[in-house]
Amino acid sequence: MIKFTFYLFALILIFAASRVITVKNPVHAALFLVLAFFSSAAIWLLLQAEFLAIALILVYVGAVMVLFLFVVMMLDINFSKLREGFVSHLPVAATIGVLILLEMVLVVWAWQKEIPEVAATVAEKPNTVALGEVLYTQYVYPFEIAAVILLVAMIAAIALTMRPHTRAKYQKPEEQVRVKRSDRIRLVNMPSESKD
Amino acid sequence: MVETLWILGKTLVQIVIILIPIILAVAYLTYAERKIIGYMQVRIGPNRVNFSAIPLLRRGRGLGQPIADTLKLLFKEIIIPSNSDRFLFVIAPILSIAPALAAWAVIPFADGWVLADINAGVLYILAMTSIGVYGVIIAGWASNSKYAFLSTLRVTAQVVSYEIAMGFAIVGVLMAAGSLNLGDIVAAQKGSIIHWFWLPLLPLFVIYFISGVAETNRAPFDVAEGESEIVAGFHVEYSGMLFALFFLAEYANMILISALAAIMFLGGWLSPFQGIPVLENLFSWVPGIFWMLAKMATLLFFFLWFRATFPRYRYDQIMRLGWKIFIPITLVWIVLVGLFILMKLPPWFVA
Repeated sequence: MIKFTFYLFALILIFAASRVITVKNPVHAALFLVLAFFSSAAIWLLLQAEFLAIALILVYVGAVMVLFLFVVMMLDINFSKLREGFVSHLPVAATIGVLILLEMVLVVWAWQKEIPEVAATVAEKPNTVALGEVLYTQYVYPFEIAAVILLVAMIAAIALTMRPHTRAKYQKPEEQVRVKRSDRIRLVNMPSESKD
Repeated sequence: MVETLWILGKTLVQIVIILIPIILAVAYLTYAERKIIGYMQVRIGPNRVNFSAIPLLRRGRGLGQPIADTLKLLFKEIIIPSNSDRFLFVIAPILSIAPALAAWAVIPFADGWVLADINAGVLYILAMTSIGVYGVIIAGWASNSKYAFLSTLRVTAQVVSYEIAMGFAIVGVLMAAGSLNLGDIVAAQKGSIIHWFWLPLLPLFVIYFISGVAETNRAPFDVAEGESEIVAGFHVEYSGMLFALFFLAEYANMILISALAAIMFLGGWLSPFQGIPVLENLFSWVPGIFWMLAKMATLLFFFLWFRATFPRYRYDQIMRLGWKIFIPITLVWIVLVGLFILMKLPPWFVA
């Protein structure tokens, strides 16, 4: 049963991943990427890595891809221009592709030797508990350093893209909140007048 | 093989047992909404459709209205705009209803009454609710309409923003309960009404509930369907049953948010009279599910009350509230909860 489920999701994953690069419409491509994330999360669940699987859905599907789609939908992309230069870029692209493939093969090959050990430690505790214990004790410094790097990147991204408009008018909520009736309304006493 | 089939069949039956009451509750929540807002505005609300065949319900004050509405929507034509992306247009409402219903798998209705008692229950719920936004995004884009698209942009930004505040509020609950399992979270609140997490986590409770209102795009955060600006929002182009699915998803999400708030902050199925000498014994015969449903109903009433009371937020104010007020408060309170746990503050953090 597990084998059947694995092959089912693996097939969907491969199909979705290949559609990401072959489909013409960028919004469809992004949605196929979502499907690919989903299937890989399902495969992780089969490995009893429930935290990683749910985190993948929560972070990548729930947040990153939503923002990605958001941007892709608003861009007006000229497809014919994108397709130009396919041949001239091919050598560089092919080299990178082969390199990535090699790296993946190396990683998987090296990992495959140690698989029995890993699987044995996974089953002992709930995945989330085990991860939390290791992450905040043994690996606390790498974890904090990664967090700081991410923070720096976040602030840098905001600093790089923020261009204060000189002409734009901003509301100041603190002043808006403090407004009293007497600041905005002036009662004027008008004596009644006759028509002529 | 036989065993697998048996488990599959059993699970299917359990799913049906959960889903049918939810769908009925959604139908009657719309009725409750129209009635309650009606009375709040000094009118009667729907009172025409009754079950005249059943003697008790002959003067049913419009109790048949939701059934009539459903039948009407079922028989209406589904119109697919000619310039839309047909496949995505049809799949969008399905993508919005599926996670809204799937999330119910881990909700415990009473002690042990849960379909899937998984360890990472809260994470699963967070994942499911974050997927729900895809239905809206795809609907807005696939209908190829300016109004729908504008609404999609609003919803996406709003939901992603409030998800962060909501997530942090939940982090506070996880710290207090020391578990990701919803059943264990309720068990951690045992004792009395004082032991429930609403008191030590009061700011998080308020933020969670308000973020929940924003997540479900309910008034006063319903800029997604601001009638005066963008007609009806992301579902302008939808009709018939496809529209009804969006409607169903919104109300199912409201009930889900209420159930979660009841479980995480109001002690789930625990009796509010626990720990009070005489009353505790007097009410000990009441089943847990009754308290759970009563708490959910109270929270749902707040949803409807908000809608009848508050004017719609301006969009920049929504963003300000989410990012500049809620997120800092939750961050500060999480640190405080950490301190409470270190200090073993009684009666909540003694264990």
